[in-house]
Amino acid sequence: MKLIYFAWVRERIGLAEEEVELPAGIETVSDLLHWLRGRGENYESALQAQDMIRVALDKEHSDHSDAVAGAKEIALFPPMTGG
Amino acid sequence: MSVGAEPLVRVQAGPIDLAAEIAALESGGAAGALVTFTGTCRDEGGRLEALELEHYPGMAESEIARFAAEAARRWDLLAVAAVHRYGRVAPGETIVFVACASVHRGAAFEAAHFLMDYMKTRAPFWKREHLKDGTVGGWVESKDTDDHAVDRWRHVL
Repeated sequence: MKLIYFAWVRERIGLAEEEVELPAGIETVSDLLHWLRGRGENYESALQAQDMIRVALDKEHSDHSDAVAGAKEIALFPPMTGG
Repeated sequence: MSVGAEPLVRVQAGPIDLAAEIAALESGGAAGALVTFTGTCRDEGGRLEALELEHYPGMAESEIARFAAEAARRWDLLAVAAVHRYGRVAPGETIVFVACASVHRGAAFEAAHFLMDYMKTRAPFWKREHLKDGTVGGWVESKDTDDHAVDRWRHVL
């Protein structure tokens, strides 16, 4: 699946997007964030305020308790500041 | 829902032509009210050179379209439009434009306010500051007051 990052999440991770294979046991958005934080200091620094991170599954806002199964593109980003 | 035309939604890099946007909302005389909102880039006391707006292509359009359709579902509108810029925006330039037309003013005022509140907190855009001294400032932080503004609409209608 494709992970895509925006704003300071993108900057702290150091990537705009990447393809990943999720290990078994990653069922929810929350599981995904936990797993990513263990992948390196850059991920930990980007995602440590985990509750604040917003996640979109295939371009739709989701909750951290939502299942990630079936999503092709998962986007992680800070709270939005448009308008 | 009584929208005479499909919601007009656009995300663009270039300047927003306000006169052209308003002219495009002509409803042939049925509308008694047209409410427009323009959000403008501030100079922050002369400190700011420009704002840079990052967005999520595809989702930005689809989220704005979703709120515009929701506004049209909740209020009797003859026309609804929402345009948001991305990229670099200079002080004084328009960042966002929202317009709603209706037979009487109440619906247009409320729908425009609703649409703007949702765009602030749910449309995937992020602002960062470029300062006059040549440095890149921080990412603009979201405000609790914007979230509270959205909460208010949960209890309307």
